[in-house]
Amino acid sequence: MDAVLGNAPRASRHAAPNHSSYSTSAVNFLASFYRSSIGKKWIVALTGLALIGYVIGHLVGNLQIFGAPEKINQYAEFLHSMPRALWVVRSVLLAAFFLHIFTTIKLATENRAAKGRTNEMRATTSPKPAKKTMVVSGLLVLSFVAYHLAHFTARITDARFEKLNHDVHTMVILGFQNPLVSGFYLLSVFLLCLHLSHGFQSVPQTFGLNSKSLRNAITKGGQALAWIIFAGYASIPLAVLLKQLTPAH
Amino acid sequence: MNLKLKVWRQKSATAEGRLAEYEARNIPPDASFLEMLDILNEELLAKGDEPIAFDHDCREGICGSCSLTINGIPHGPVNLSATTTCQLYMRKFTDGQTIYIEPFRARSFPIVRDLIVDRSALDRIQRSGGYVTARAGSAPDGNAILIPKTEADSAMEAAACIGCGACVASCPNASAMLFVGAKVSHLNRLPQGQPERHQRTLNMVKKMDEEGFGNCSNHYECEAVCPAEIPVTVITQLNRDYAAASVSKAVS
Repeated sequence: MDAVLGNAPRASRHAAPNHSSYSTSAVNFLASFYRSSIGKKWIVALTGLALIGYVIGHLVGNLQIFGAPEKINQYAEFLHSMPRALWVVRSVLLAAFFLHIFTTIKLATENRAAKGRTNEMRATTSPKPAKKTMVVSGLLVLSFVAYHLAHFTARITDARFEKLNHDVHTMVILGFQNPLVSGFYLLSVFLLCLHLSHGFQSVPQTFGLNSKSLRNAITKGGQALAWIIFAGYASIPLAVLLKQLTPAH
Repeated sequence: MNLKLKVWRQKSATAEGRLAEYEARNIPPDASFLEMLDILNEELLAKGDEPIAFDHDCREGICGSCSLTINGIPHGPVNLSATTTCQLYMRKFTDGQTIYIEPFRARSFPIVRDLIVDRSALDRIQRSGGYVTARAGSAPDGNAILIPKTEADSAMEAAACIGCGACVASCPNASAMLFVGAKVSHLNRLPQGQPERHQRTLNMVKKMDEEGFGNCSNHYECEAVCPAEIPVTVITQLNRDYAAASVSKAVS
């Protein structure tokens, strides 16, 4: 271009370069990225992915209950043997959880405002139970997580758990022998997996990794994974209720 | 054919609107949906009533002027893909059927009158970056710039967007991501679009947000109603290109 236009010196035609430091530009970048609609979607997908990772990891850990009682108890002791790493993971998860909820509520509020008044006759081109209930299923899972942490992590809802130091095996079985506890658990993991059946396939779409050839595999694979996870989680209270899992002592 | 219509009537942008009932009588099955409204309007005029105001222009499915949410679906019945309202024929309905006719709803599409909405927000997004800044002159020589067939096809697929706004109207979030995705992908997939790729993407998304459109949450209703059959993979590309453009801007 310069040659075509008579090789004018660059400085005379362009504003002085911006000398702002990298740190401020990085902050500006994050701030403007977060303000944008697509940026917020990226945050939801990134934090969602972290939480999906946890959901899978937690399931793999939990399924050890089907082994000898020592197996899951040793696993619990192993986790508690490195408190610093445990708290790092917990902090990351807590941050992801908070950001995921905060950002989606912001998105949902904006969406409601953007839609404004709706038509009298409302219809969709296909039934979409998971997509339409993302906020509700998410918030119900949040209430479950609060109870679940109080139940098994803080152990403040069941007096019998106080004496069971690292005996996770007995604790889980005693906990799930209560049909109300099991019922709430089953309902919650069902909602979680309904949430994930839309969440899984949304992650690659938001990251720009979807394509015509991958699309079917991503949609079907995401739904299959969600219901495999449901089967995995549901198997534990069901096994307890059906007396396939009983306390060792 | 005789039909029962429930039509959204609203005198002006600020007036309170309501659904009004009409009987459309003796409609030929081969009439288009807009022609059915024309017939009804003739009757209303003969009676001295205000005709129903609706947008239309080419009536051959290529201009993007016609709109209407018919029984809750922009451009009409679910099972008919790739149809604009003007290309929708009354034979697709059953005699005696009740049909709801409402505007394309979104806060960014304010109602002007009856079924006419102001879709100029889409034009403003287009003006913010949906073009190639180039010396205007005669057309370049054919094959002066070589473009692989697959890329030309995918750019053409995105370029098929007629800008009707059905994507926004169908979206539960009133998101314009399919429209913006199509406009961005159309140019970002071609060599001519590369020099301004990042700036185009950033500007158009910024404008889209400023105009008050919602955020995509991957319902894909837009794709199902799009008369130009734009696939949601243009939204995938928009998500990808926006992240790349943001990072590129931050490190430059």
